[in-house]
Amino acid sequence: MVKKLSEWKFTSKEFAQIPEKFASGHRACAGCGPAIVLRLVMKAARGPIIATNATGCMEVVSTIYPYTSWKIPWMHTAFETAAANASGIESALKILRKKGKIKDEHVDVVAFAGDGGTFDIGFQALSGAVERGHDFLYVLYDNEAYMNTGIQRSGGTPRGAWTTTSPAGKVIPGKAEHKKPIADIMVAHEMPYVATANIAYWKDLVIKARKGMEVNGPAFLHAFAPCPRGWRSENEKTVEIARLATETCVFPLWEAEYGEYKLSAPSKAIALKPERKKPVEAYLKTQRRFRHLFKPENKHVLEEIQSEVDRRWKKLLKACEIA
Amino acid sequence: MAKVEQKIVPLNGDNAVAYAVKQCDVDVVAAYPITPQTIIVEKFSEYVADGEVDTAFVCVESEHTAMTCSITASATGARTFTATASAGLALMHEMLGVASGCRTPVVMSVVNRALSAPINIHCDHSDAMCERDIGWIQIYAENSQEAYDSIIQAFKIAENLDVMLPTMVGLDGFVLSHTLENVSILPDDAVKKFVGERQVPQVMNHEGELVPFKLDPAKPLTIGPLDLHDYYFEHKRQQEESMIKALDVIKKVHDEYSKQSGRTYGNGLVEAYRLDDAEIVTVCMGSTAGTVKTVVDELREKGIKAGLLRIRAFRPLPVKDIISNLAGKKAVAVMDRACSFGGNGGPLFHEIRHAVYDVPNRPKLVNYVYGLGGRDMQPHMIETIYNELQKIAQTGQVEETVQFIGLRE
Repeated sequence: MVKKLSEWKFTSKEFAQIPEKFASGHRACAGCGPAIVLRLVMKAARGPIIATNATGCMEVVSTIYPYTSWKIPWMHTAFETAAANASGIESALKILRKKGKIKDEHVDVVAFAGDGGTFDIGFQALSGAVERGHDFLYVLYDNEAYMNTGIQRSGGTPRGAWTTTSPAGKVIPGKAEHKKPIADIMVAHEMPYVATANIAYWKDLVIKARKGMEVNGPAFLHAFAPCPRGWRSENEKTVEIARLATETCVFPLWEAEYGEYKLSAPSKAIALKPERKKPVEAYLKTQRRFRHLFKPENKHVLEEIQSEVDRRWKKLLKACEIA
Repeated sequence: MAKVEQKIVPLNGDNAVAYAVKQCDVDVVAAYPITPQTIIVEKFSEYVADGEVDTAFVCVESEHTAMTCSITASATGARTFTATASAGLALMHEMLGVASGCRTPVVMSVVNRALSAPINIHCDHSDAMCERDIGWIQIYAENSQEAYDSIIQAFKIAENLDVMLPTMVGLDGFVLSHTLENVSILPDDAVKKFVGERQVPQVMNHEGELVPFKLDPAKPLTIGPLDLHDYYFEHKRQQEESMIKALDVIKKVHDEYSKQSGRTYGNGLVEAYRLDDAEIVTVCMGSTAGTVKTVVDELREKGIKAGLLRIRAFRPLPVKDIISNLAGKKAVAVMDRACSFGGNGGPLFHEIRHAVYDVPNRPKLVNYVYGLGGRDMQPHMIETIYNELQKIAQTGQVEETVQFIGLRE
């Protein structure tokens, strides 16, 4: 039988030797952050597993018929349906197992969706599935816009970012609204497990993914995943940029079991030594989607972003009972 | 198979459907309430709560998710059922195409109800007619007995390996769904035996191996991939091929079932009522056929050669049966309980007219749109239609092709 997380100790070498369930040769762009999320989560699998995907980049690049990158059973139905897909699969597995119609073994169900499929169009199905308590892990790979359709703003796009539907115009400098705090909204569902993760901290990510699978009931993993095409950033800097998001507290790392917030190591280090917290400019300047914010007339936007990051960070520290 | 002993139970249409589902050893039911389908969901919840069924009941947050859950549960190998009506069916629309495209044999009862706006909870067929081209088999029941029988047959049709297509059974909202009727019920074991265990076909995976067509960790398969211009068309052609095969399967399943029940609905695809020597004929679907039959009987007593062709399977359209029953008739009125706005007639009219177009001795055709939003279709209105048909038969002239009956103008 597979080992429990508490017993799961591995070196980088051992982790590298785990067979890939998400095969190479898919058609993701160079420097794709979400593809890293998929690969890591799949390597965290503890046993038999079924995955499902919302429509989006990852579905498109991994399954162009008759090819597939999935070495496990995988299904896609539509854009807004990742959580509903998982609900149906999990319900079927449970009853078929009870009736003796399939092998008597636990099968993990993992749903993948991007920010569009989670913050926006798929939110109702997600909220419903969590309320019903299906035993599944929902992985949000967040690249902060509708990248598959060509960089349109979503509820996950941050304040000030240029996208094709929040252009940096003469009057309006990029997206006017801040990012929806999706993971906090999931915590408010009083669900067993919610965590944020970042491809730059891969070990933290895989452990959280494994935890999400082991939890009895719904788990939500919000994985930060840069998109060089959409962010107008350098392909080779994907992981570096992702790390800066956590170092600036733009994307802090934490987990919450039944609503109890706990900072994860990379963010806890900043909480304990606040001088380590980098200014948001260090992160924003790595991406040309924020380029216009560095014009003198948009200084107020930069200030607003910093102030909102600080406000949310303070709130998080309070929730973690650190501040 | 010999005829089995049945018991007669007073049931409304919704309860008859729920009872049939209870007997079919369904694994997953994912559903959302909507008038006039609600009783089905309520009744089935009771069966689950009382331990009368071994079914996972997923009480979802929308019809969109009801259909999605049904699709993925079915793809996991489960026998799956859901039910809806009107706006619920419209909300499912996107996923209905996914169900047929992914070849998941989901069975659904559609308690036919008018579409908004204006909002109206009563019967017409506008909900299901909007789903004509979405790739589902569509069967329409005349009464609650037929709704019960058709649900049982639907599992066997949908899951047939030559078919593998989702199937909806339509029953008229309130007229059937909420009206008590004596329904003959087959014994549980007879139904269970009739529907059997769900089978899945073998398909080729991306590595060229034959694997069961389901989500099975032992035999990985990618279902619902991106399918572009190099393969999509072939897959759609396969769907059409299966629809054609369904014509025979519907008939066979109907015949096999009737050996046990003793009940027949024509040949399973269409029901011809006093048609052999008929000269003037109406064509309709659903509960209105019952009223039409009464009128036909009265007209026959007066020596008028009236008949009825009831379409039971609307998809796949039984073109051959329509031709064989309507060729040579003098005048035919197609009755539509739905509008195809700006389409020069209702959807059923389009289908029937298209079916008989190539027949040299095709009848004169006229279309009557009736009963929208639950407007009652009374016997005298049907008589009016037959009177008009007599005139058309005598003169050979159709003065107005598309007419509306039973409304203020």
